[in-house]
Order: sequence, then structure tokens, then C-alpha cells
Amino acid sequence: MSNIPADLSYTKSHEWVRREADGTVTVGITDHAQDLLGDMVFVELPEPGRALKAGQECAVVESVKAASDVYSPLAGEVVAINEVLSDSPELVNKAPYGEGWMMRIKPADAAEIDDLLDAAAYQAQIENEAE
Amino acid sequence: MGKRTPLYDTHLAAGAKLVDFGGWDMPLHYGSQIEEHHQVRRDAGMFDVSHMTIVDLRGERVQDFLRHLVANNIDKLKLPGGALYTCMLNAQGGVIDDLIVYFVEPRWYRLVVNAATRDKDLAWITQQAKAFAVEVRERAELAMIAIQGPQARDKTQRALGDIVRAATALQKPFTFVVVGDLFIARTGYTGEDGYEIMLPATQAATVWQKLAAVGVAPAGLGARDTLRLEAGMNLYGSDMDEITSPLESGLAWTVAFEPATRDFIGRAALEAQRQRGAVAEFVGLVLLDKGVLRNHQIVLQNGEKIGEITSGGFSPSLGRAIALARVNGAVSGDCQVEIRGKLLDVQVVKPPFVRNGKICVTLPA
Repeated sequence: MSNIPADLSYTKSHEWVRREADGTVTVGITDHAQDLLGDMVFVELPEPGRALKAGQECAVVESVKAASDVYSPLAGEVVAINEVLSDSPELVNKAPYGEGWMMRIKPADAAEIDDLLDAAAYQAQIENEAE
Repeated sequence: MGKRTPLYDTHLAAGAKLVDFGGWDMPLHYGSQIEEHHQVRRDAGMFDVSHMTIVDLRGERVQDFLRHLVANNIDKLKLPGGALYTCMLNAQGGVIDDLIVYFVEPRWYRLVVNAATRDKDLAWITQQAKAFAVEVRERAELAMIAIQGPQARDKTQRALGDIVRAATALQKPFTFVVVGDLFIARTGYTGEDGYEIMLPATQAATVWQKLAAVGVAPAGLGARDTLRLEAGMNLYGSDMDEITSPLESGLAWTVAFEPATRDFIGRAALEAQRQRGAVAEFVGLVLLDKGVLRNHQIVLQNGEKIGEITSGGFSPSLGRAIALARVNGAVSGDCQVEIRGKLLDVQVVKPPFVRNGKICVTLPA
């Protein structure tokens, strides 16, 4: 069973979003996503400062199996990236909600976060996908 | 639902992630593909390869038949107990499959062919066998377990004791012994020492558990693929197929043109290809930048396309991406591979990348 923390928001494309105290959000991929992809061997992150649209490709994760796009959960500007992943992509497998975070985004409109899935809705979606 | 090997329940109980492979539900990994890879390079791992197709050929003229059927020369096997890697070609010189031939008795040979090509292989072999009155019999009731790694032979002998004692006599790779119900070959698909054991399906789970008990860890198809790629071993369907010849797939060493009188299927086409010259080269690539090489990525030199990756992936032993690629003619100097619109530098090398636990390519620091 994959881990879906209740305090995060989610996208249908398996990203998670956490609100930070400074008004930014932290983004990564879910435990379910990393489990499907298998051992990570490379993570390509956007340049800080890049402007993203909601749903836009913003990173690539490459596992032993395949390359997969990561999509921006909301519109905004990349204000920080997790540079440790460059040498330690396996953190995405080991701690997808912790040390495996990918980027921090300053949302153009914080209200967009409310449109994302909550933990229960995301859980329901991955159960649907399994059928 | 796919076909299941006799070890299916064992894999489920071990927490394997199962995937479809050539119509079979097979373990991709049991947790971490990369750890399984290292386990085989450093110690010993085991693979369920029961999906592979075992075919016994019997008849007075079975040797004549094999001299015709396959591109390598079975006369290299002087005595029973020898095994030979070869391609089976069509009349155009394309590869129908790659396989291992085992010389059991002068009138009995065994073939192990790929699972994904089973139907076409059996149809082709059966059709060709008619003229030689050779009996073709699939041995679907047999399972097959590959135990691979520097400790594989020791651990197998410890786990199975008396029943594999005779296998200690296997002094060289590509030899085998038959001990009761077990057919034990010193072959593999990882670049490490070890055994491949064919045995009755009913005994597979017991043997697997005995091996597990001495610390032979299960490994899935994921690790099998990265191990064979590091070892520079071709994968049928990716590195060669019915429209590519062994000469342009790094397999010229498996084609026996001598003696010139041996008329194997595909010979005329290969000779014509050699005479025309300009046969594509098959090379290894190591990615110097970060990223992962994948099948079908384009290889370039001076901005021109010179070839394509046939098998690419991440090499756990090198910590870099590696690939096998088919390129136009001899290549030297700097090359690039296009990954998501970017050109990344690769070094051209001669496979293998890794054999017997040792890295065989020299890379810039």
C-alpha cells in the first residue's frame, strides 16, 4: 500500500504539493509514482527562476525502467530546486515526501492549490487506475 | 492473465513486482532492481528463466540438421557436454532468434530459445526438420533456474549437495552435465560465472528455496537486463531481429563461414553482405554527461546522424548510462546522443562494459 500523507495536496499525474509558511509550495512525486517507476537513476530539474504554467512539463525523472515527465501542479515561478537529487536520485525512492522533494514554486495564484486533489481523492484515483 | 512459471507463487510470496514478458507474468524485481544487480556482480543471485523454451531434437541426422539450421558450427562441440551460442537465420540472413545448442548425445541435442519467439521458432524448426527426419519436442514440463555471480557455483553446490556434485566437474564455461532429472550447464546471461539448471517443474520451488536458504537472492528481469547489457550480450528483438544480420549486430564471431562447404540457412545472404562491404558496426557507448541512454535514441557525429541505440540503460556498476548501438561503418572520435532535444557526449567503446565483476572500459575521470 502506498503512503499518501493527509496534509498534502495531489495531482492526477502523481505530483504532491505542500504549502509552506512563506507562501511557496514544495513539489515532488508521490510514493505511488516512485513505486511504479522503480529505482531512480537521474532527475532533471528546471532552472530556478523559470515561470511555469499549470500542467506544464517541469522536470524529468528517469528510473531504470523509463523516463517520465513531472508536471507543474500550478502556475508560478521556480524559486528553488533540490540539487542533492543530481547525485542522489535514489532519495526520490527512499523519501518521496521528504529528502526526495524536487522544487519549490511561488504560486501565481495561491487559490489554485484548492483545486488540487486531497489525500482521499488521490487514493480513490490510484485505486481506479489499478482496476 | 499471462502464463505462469512453476515459481509464480514463490515470486508472489517474495513480494515480486510482476510484469508481462512475452505473454508470461514474470518478476521484474523483488524490491530494488539495482540492489539485485549488485548482488549478482558481488555475490550470487538467481533468476527464474522457466519462460524460456526448451526444445529437444532427436534423430539419426540431427547433426546434419543443425549444421544446416544454425549459423554457428556445431562441429565445434567435439564431445557430448558442450554448449554453443548461435543465431538461427532466415534465407535473407536476418536473425530469427539467438539460442544455445547443447550436445547431449550424437543423436540428441537440446536447444534453449527465447520465450517471446517461441511460436515462430517452433514452426520454423519443425518445418526445417522434416527433410532430416528429426523429431522436435518442446519440453514445457521443465523449469529453468539461472544462478549467477562469483559465489554462484559454490553456493549452488552447498545448497544442492549430492545432486549437483557432478557439476563440480564442469571446468569451463559452456559445458554441462546431466545428473538424474537435472540438466546443469555452466552458462548464463549476466557476464558472471554460474549455472543454468533445467529441472522438472515439480522440483523448481524446492530447489529455489534451498538456494535461498544459502543466501542466493532472487533477482528479476530488470537486473537480468542491466547485467546482460553491461556484459555486452545482445537481446533478441532489440539488438537484432529478422531484418538485421548477425554481421551488423556484433555477432560476426558466432557465424562459422568455415568450412565453406557447410550450407547453413542464410549463408548466401551473409556472403553477399560481406562482399558488398560497408556493413554497419555494432559498438558500445558510455554517456559522459548525466542522463540515461535508451533504445532508439539517435547517435550523431559532427551533427550528422550515424546510427541508433539498440539497447540503452543505466549501468549500476559504472554509475553511468551505457548502450549498444548500430552505426554506419567504423566510428572514432567524439559522438553525441540526442536526448529530449539535447546533444550529450558519449564515448565509443568496445563491449563488454563489465565482465566477472570487473569494469572493462576506460573512462575519463
